[in-house]
Amino acid sequence: MSLETPVAHHGAAHEEHHELGFWRKYVFSVDHKTIGIQYAITGLLFLLFGFCLMMLLRWQLAYPGAPLPLIGRLLGDARMPGGTMLPEFYNELGAMHGTIMVFMGVVPLAVGGFGNFVLPLQIGAPDMAFPRINMASYWSYFLGGSVMLLSFFVPGGAAQSGWTSYAPLSDIATSGQTWWLFGMVFLITSSLLGSINFIVTTIQLRAPGLSFWRLPFFVWAQFVTAFLLLLAFPPLEGAAVLQLMDRLAKTSFFLPSGLVVSGQVLEISGGGNPLLWQHLFWFLAHPEVYVLILPAMGIVAEVIAINTRKPLWGYRSMVYSLIFLGFMSFIVWAHHMFITGMGTTMAAFFQTTTMIISIPSVVILSALFISLYGGSIRFTTPMLFALGFLPMFGIGGLTGLPLGLSAADIHLHDTYYVIGHFHYVVAPGTIFALFAGIYHWFPKATGRLMNETLGRIHFWGSFVFMNVIFMPMFIMGLAGVSRRLYDGGATYAHAQPVLQWNVVSSWGAWALALFQIPFIFNFFWSMFRGKKTDQNPWHATTLEWAAPSPPPHGNFATPPAAHRGPYEYSVPGANRDYSPQWEAGKA
Amino acid sequence: MSMEIPYTVEVRPDTGLNNGKIGIWLFLASEVMLFGALFASYVMLRVGAHEWPAGATYLNIPLATLNTVILISSSVTMVLAWASLVKRDFARFRLFMGITILCGLGFLVIKYFEYTAKFHHGYFPATNTFLAIYFTLTGLHGLHVVGGMAVNSYLWGPGSALYKSDPVHFTNRVENAGLFWHLVDLVWIFLFPILYLL
Amino acid sequence: MSESHDHKDAHAGHADVDHHVRAAYYVFGSLLLLTGFTVGAYFLHLPHKLAITLALLIATVKGSLVAAWFMHLVSERTLIYWVLGLTALLFLPLLLLPTVTVLDRVMLH
Repeated sequence: MSLETPVAHHGAAHEEHHELGFWRKYVFSVDHKTIGIQYAITGLLFLLFGFCLMMLLRWQLAYPGAPLPLIGRLLGDARMPGGTMLPEFYNELGAMHGTIMVFMGVVPLAVGGFGNFVLPLQIGAPDMAFPRINMASYWSYFLGGSVMLLSFFVPGGAAQSGWTSYAPLSDIATSGQTWWLFGMVFLITSSLLGSINFIVTTIQLRAPGLSFWRLPFFVWAQFVTAFLLLLAFPPLEGAAVLQLMDRLAKTSFFLPSGLVVSGQVLEISGGGNPLLWQHLFWFLAHPEVYVLILPAMGIVAEVIAINTRKPLWGYRSMVYSLIFLGFMSFIVWAHHMFITGMGTTMAAFFQTTTMIISIPSVVILSALFISLYGGSIRFTTPMLFALGFLPMFGIGGLTGLPLGLSAADIHLHDTYYVIGHFHYVVAPGTIFALFAGIYHWFPKATGRLMNETLGRIHFWGSFVFMNVIFMPMFIMGLAGVSRRLYDGGATYAHAQPVLQWNVVSSWGAWALALFQIPFIFNFFWSMFRGKKTDQNPWHATTLEWAAPSPPPHGNFATPPAAHRGPYEYSVPGANRDYSPQWEAGKA
Repeated sequence: MSMEIPYTVEVRPDTGLNNGKIGIWLFLASEVMLFGALFASYVMLRVGAHEWPAGATYLNIPLATLNTVILISSSVTMVLAWASLVKRDFARFRLFMGITILCGLGFLVIKYFEYTAKFHHGYFPATNTFLAIYFTLTGLHGLHVVGGMAVNSYLWGPGSALYKSDPVHFTNRVENAGLFWHLVDLVWIFLFPILYLL
Repeated sequence: MSESHDHKDAHAGHADVDHHVRAAYYVFGSLLLLTGFTVGAYFLHLPHKLAITLALLIATVKGSLVAAWFMHLVSERTLIYWVLGLTALLFLPLLLLPTVTVLDRVMLH
C-alpha cells in the first residue's frame, strides 16, 4: 500500500497557472475543497437513500403484512410479492439502512465533507498535507459505496444480518454479505487514508501563531476523531478478513463446532467463536459512535460561539474532555455485549469505564449550554439547529446510561429503547449539527446565503417529527419490544399495549421526509439564486472567514497568521464585537 | 498540484519532522492494530480450544527459519539502501534496494512452496482452526510483503527519477518505505515463533 | 531547501549515517543470534507456559532491536513516541480483553 503516488516532477513551477481540464478540476481533483464537496454531496445522497430505505421499512412496522400501495409493486416479486414485504427484504432494509447511514452517510459528510472543506481553512493552510491521498480516500469511499449499492442486485439481495453482521448468521448468509464485507474494506481504507491526512495536516500545517490552544474546537474535534478512525478501524478490517475467510475459504473463525442450520449439521471444521466477531466488531463500532458525535460537537461549538457573540465557556475543559473521551472510547466496547454470558467481573469493568466516559460528554454538553448564558443570541438557521442539538443530544446521552449499567441492560438490550437512544444521538443530534454546518458554511463554499425562511421550516418540521418518531421508542423498549422484528412485535402479548406507537413513528418518518424538501430545494436553489455575500457574513473570528467566498485554489492570497485565540468575541475595549484571529493589533 | 505544501521535505521546526515521516508512522500504528486484531483472534481461538496442534505437526520449521533470516537480511539491506542515498551514492542504493527486493521475492517463493506442500497434503484453511489462522496470518503478512516489494520496486525503478531533481525528498521516501518494510519484518519476528514453534 | 533537512535531522549527516550503518550490522548479528535462540529454545521442549513466555520474550527483544535501530526509534522525535505509546496502550486491551471477557463466563452449577 503506497503512501504517496509519486509524480515524475515535484514542485514544478510550470504547472503553476496551468488551467485544469474538467476531469482534473471537478472529478479527480486534489483540492481539499472540491474533495470536501464531493464527500458532502455523496454523503447527503446516501443519507437520503438510507432514509428512503427506512421509510419503506416503516410501512411494514406500522401495517405488518399489508401491501404497500404503488411502490410495493415496483419492487418486484423477489422483494415484495403482491406489494407485501418479504422478511428477507425487511432484513435487507434494516441492515443496509444502518450500514449506509453510519458508514456512507454521516461519517463521510461529517468528517470527509466538513473536515476536508473546513479544517485546512481554519488552520490557515493551503490544502491538506497529502492532496493526492485525499483524492484517493474519496474514490475509495465512492468504490465502497458503489459495492454496497450494487449488492442490492445480487441473487439473495444485500446484506441482511444487521449492520452489526453478527456471526454465525452472517457467516452463512447470502452473497450480499460478501459484498458488504468487500464494501467495508474499501470504506475502511478510505477512512484510514483520510485520518492520516487529517492528523498530519493539523500537526504540521497550522499557520504561524496558531498554537494548539488557539485552535477552533472544530479542529480539535476532527483531530481526536481522526485518531479514533486510525486506531479503531483496523480491527474491523481484520474481522472482515476473517469473515471473508469463513465465507469463501470455509474456515470456522466464527463458527462453533456442531452448528446446526435448518436441521442439518454444518460441514465445517468448527472450533470458532461467534463472540470473537462481536469483540472485533465492537472494538471499532464503539469508537465509531464517537466518530459520529465528535465532529457534530465541533460544528455546534463554532455555531454557538459565533451566534452568541461571546467566547465558548470552558474551552480548555472541553478540549481535555475530548481527549479523555477519545481515549476512553477504546475500552468500553463490551457494554454492547453484556448479555453474551459475560461474568460479573468483566461486566463490572466495562460498566465502570462506560459510566466514566459519560463524564466528558456531560462536560462538553454543559459547557455548550453555559456558553449561551449572557450571550447576544442570533437565531439564524444554523443557530436553531445548534440549539436543537443540545437538548436532543442530552436525551440521547441520558438514555444511554441505563444501557451502560449491566443490570438494567438485561431488560433493555436489543429492544426499541436502544434504537431510541442511539437515534436521538445521531438523528436530532449529529444530523442536526450537520444541518447547522451546512447552513453555516454554505456562504463560504458558494459566496451565497441559504434562504432563512425555508431554513426555519426545515428546522421546525425536523425538530417536531424527529421527536415524534423516536420518543415512542423508549416506551416500546421499556415494554420489552425487541428490535429488528419483522412485524414490529405484533405477535407478542407484551407488545400489544404499545403496538400503536409503531404507527405513530412511521407517520412521523413520512412527515419528516416532507420537511426535508424545503432543505433540498434551498440547497440547490441558493447555489444559483441565494443572496450574495462577502467573505465573512457571520462576522466570525476563525481563519476560514479570512479567505474569499468561495476560496480559490491555495485558499489565501497571502498566508495568514493567527494573532489571538479563536473566540475573541465582545472583547472589552474593542471597536467591534468580534476580533478576528487573522487581524494584528486591536480589532 | 501547483502550490507548495509546507514541510513536505524540510522539517517543521517545532515538531522536528516532515509530513511524510509522521504519515508513515501513523500508517504503521494502524497496521499494528490490524495485526493486533488477528493476534487477538489467535489468542481467543487457542485459549478456547480443547486441543491445539503443535506448529511442527503441519509446518516446516527449517524453511520458516530460513525465511526469518531472509527477512532480517532484507531489513539490513534496506537500511544500507537508505544510507547509500544519504551519502549520495545512487549506484549502491540501487544495489542494496535490489537485494532487498530479491530477498522479498525469495521469501514469497519459499512461502509458495510451503503453501503448495500443505495443499498437497490436504491441509487447507478449512481443515481446522490452527490452519485457518496460520493461512490467514501468513497470507495477510504475505500480502504486505507483496505491497512492500511493489513500493520498493517502484522506488528502485521509475520512482528513482526523483533523485535527480530532489535527492532529499527521494531519500525521505526510501526511508519511509524502509519503515514499512521493517514493520513487515517485525510482524514476522512474532509470527514465526507463535505459529511455528509454540 | 535540500540542505535544511540535514541540519535538523539527527541522522542525516554523513558521519551520523556511518554510525547508523555500523549499528545496523551489530543489530543484524544480534538478530541472527536471537533467531538461533528462538529455534534453540524450541528444541529444549520446555513446559508450555515457559515456552510461550520465553518465545515472546526473545521475539520482543528482536522486535525492539528492529524498532530501535532499523526504524531509528532511538533518535526519533517526541511526537512519534506519543503516537506509538498511544498505540501500544490500545493494543493491549485489543489483544487481551476479548479472551479475558470470554473466559469470565457466567458459571452454571
